[in-house]
Amino acid sequence: MTFLGMPATAPRGVGNLRGEEPFPAAAHKALANAQLRRNLSHATTTIRGKSGAVISELPDWQELRDAGSALKAATMARLPELLEQLEAKVTAAGGVVHWAADANEANRIVTGLVRATGHERVTKVKSMATQEIGLNEALQAAGIKAVETDLAELIVQLGHDKPSHILVPAIHRNRSEIRDIFLREMPGVDPALTDEPTELAAAARRYLRETFLSTKVAVSGANFAVAETGTLAVLESEGNGRMCLTLPDTLITVMGIEKLVPTWRDLEVFLQLLPRASTGERMNPYTSMWTGVTPGDGPQNFHLVLLDNGRTAVLADEAGRQALHCIRCSACLNVCPVYERTGGHAYGSVYPGPIGAVLSPQLTGVADNASLPYASSLCGACLDACPVKIDIPSLLVHLRNEVPHPRSERVAMAAAAYTMDHPALYTRAQHAAKLSKHAKRLPPPLNGWTASRDLPEPPAETFRDWWAKR
Amino acid sequence: MRIALFVTCLADTLFPAAAKATVELLERLGHEVVFPPGQTCCGQMHVNTGYQSQALPLVRRHVRNFAPYDVIVAPSGSCVGSVRHQHAMVARNAGDERLAVRAEEVGRRTYELSELLVDVLGIEDVGASYPHRVTYHPTCHSLRMLRVGDKPLRLLRNVRGIDLVDLPAGEQCCGFGGTFALKNADTSTAMLADKMGHILETKAEICTAGDSSCLMHIGGGLSRLDAGIQTVHLAEILASTEAATDMPGRASEGSA
Repeated sequence: MTFLGMPATAPRGVGNLRGEEPFPAAAHKALANAQLRRNLSHATTTIRGKSGAVISELPDWQELRDAGSALKAATMARLPELLEQLEAKVTAAGGVVHWAADANEANRIVTGLVRATGHERVTKVKSMATQEIGLNEALQAAGIKAVETDLAELIVQLGHDKPSHILVPAIHRNRSEIRDIFLREMPGVDPALTDEPTELAAAARRYLRETFLSTKVAVSGANFAVAETGTLAVLESEGNGRMCLTLPDTLITVMGIEKLVPTWRDLEVFLQLLPRASTGERMNPYTSMWTGVTPGDGPQNFHLVLLDNGRTAVLADEAGRQALHCIRCSACLNVCPVYERTGGHAYGSVYPGPIGAVLSPQLTGVADNASLPYASSLCGACLDACPVKIDIPSLLVHLRNEVPHPRSERVAMAAAAYTMDHPALYTRAQHAAKLSKHAKRLPPPLNGWTASRDLPEPPAETFRDWWAKR
Repeated sequence: MRIALFVTCLADTLFPAAAKATVELLERLGHEVVFPPGQTCCGQMHVNTGYQSQALPLVRRHVRNFAPYDVIVAPSGSCVGSVRHQHAMVARNAGDERLAVRAEEVGRRTYELSELLVDVLGIEDVGASYPHRVTYHPTCHSLRMLRVGDKPLRLLRNVRGIDLVDLPAGEQCCGFGGTFALKNADTSTAMLADKMGHILETKAEICTAGDSSCLMHIGGGLSRLDAGIQTVHLAEILASTEAATDMPGRASEGSA
């Protein structure tokens, strides 16, 4: 495949994979937002409970995870041939396949396709890939209005905000904030709108229904694509996706190249794993599947844009490629003690939380997201929660070994390692380390410790001194 | 049984009470404890901060020092996790397959204290006495890397006089995470605040765990708040007997 060439990382200046400041600085601001902390704690606790309950119903959950993991590993091992198979099948079924090496190319392709239809508005099914490449911004620059139809994504869009969660992009908002956004931004909204969830949903439904019925072009992502049949699948909970996927004349799907499964039967595993791990549902509410174009039924023009944008570079790293197994369920976000406190914006990328901390730096090259692999205490909760068993803690450690380190830290770590490898020096250092409990403030980089924690009382003697005297 | 003590650099330097308690406990149970003097640090800080090549000599040193022993114990789930789950990887990434194989062998023979007691020595009642209200924090690496499960709790439940209370949301990380506590001090502190809140809810006098590192973090926060709750390593509780009337954690010797 010529589009692959040398694996390139996602280009700068386009899309939403890079933050404006390092994680610790962004986290500092987020942590001070009491409303955000309450919203996140409430939402993640609720989802954790719901998901945990339905997972515990399945006696073969661990076997399903093993199967999901093995299927993904096998898919990655022969991704190029599977992609070509998918292209052939989609083409044979009346679709048109486009290859996009990066965000710029994908945006150009989609913008061109929409322009060719002559329409100036598209409906959108919630899609991480199009958020990743900044498609809405690119369409807007071309005078095309993109309307997000997923309720939470709509809240984010109307609020001129950014998504902060893979599955629940408005998780950082509570219902009274949502009412305020609707009252301010939603055309034709009832000024007496309350913050009752059913009322909020009804307001969104009224607004969206009109949009669905009058828009001729839709843009979606994809949860899965089946190589052997050329079938695309979108899983959603609100029915908005089904509207977008069936009503318009033209459907454009932007899909990361890692979303493939080899055979139809493989969906059996993922359709069990995804809803329980992500929304805590036993079965996904709306599962839409389509294969190319069906005359007289649904969109008569179907375009599939296969997006690389750094994925081939991730695939080239034998240890790092596990991150491509992700099925975007967001279970790792919901169990992450860091995410629960900082929220998603602190990560700077559309992919927040533990999976974002290993995926974003690989897509952009680690230097552009150097703080993200450190945005974890390595507690391991993400690995236990992952339905396809991505070993995120090990990936974080792997990426930490790749990032450029500050010079002062390099010097200190080298000195520490040298001391530790020379027991005489080590013993001397132990005796010198008479830290005082009364030192309430240490100098940088240790001041982070004493900002909130006392130092331990120094012992009268080290263990090895005591042992030597026995 | 002859058991080699992998003391860990943290317990050796700052929390010797936990290490001494490990020795006293095992000797009381009739075992011989040896201390290979060439040991220093397992290199976990270097590996987890992104300095694997600098950790390599430390892995080599650790393997060399502990290879002669059939059973090795450490009063730390985290350091055992490093030996068992990281040493071979560090060696392999450096292209040293021979070291990797030896590291795997040492890893298989290295146990966290509660694993050694319950799985290897087959004891759940170590004959300890500790008349205090205690809550147990299951540290992340003990829980999710080593899968010690409820072994520490089974040991604690058999301690005479103990008033053991459940820690709400106990399985959530305390926020230590090694250099995470420095590099992301604010987030680490936010996690610590919630952990301390849960500990305070239990009205325990003592918070215990199998890792001095997490206890240093939790204890440092509780001390800063003058919360009146002490942190004591699991080994110190299990080493306490009716005969010894030590105060919790033998504070005079520097408790965990």
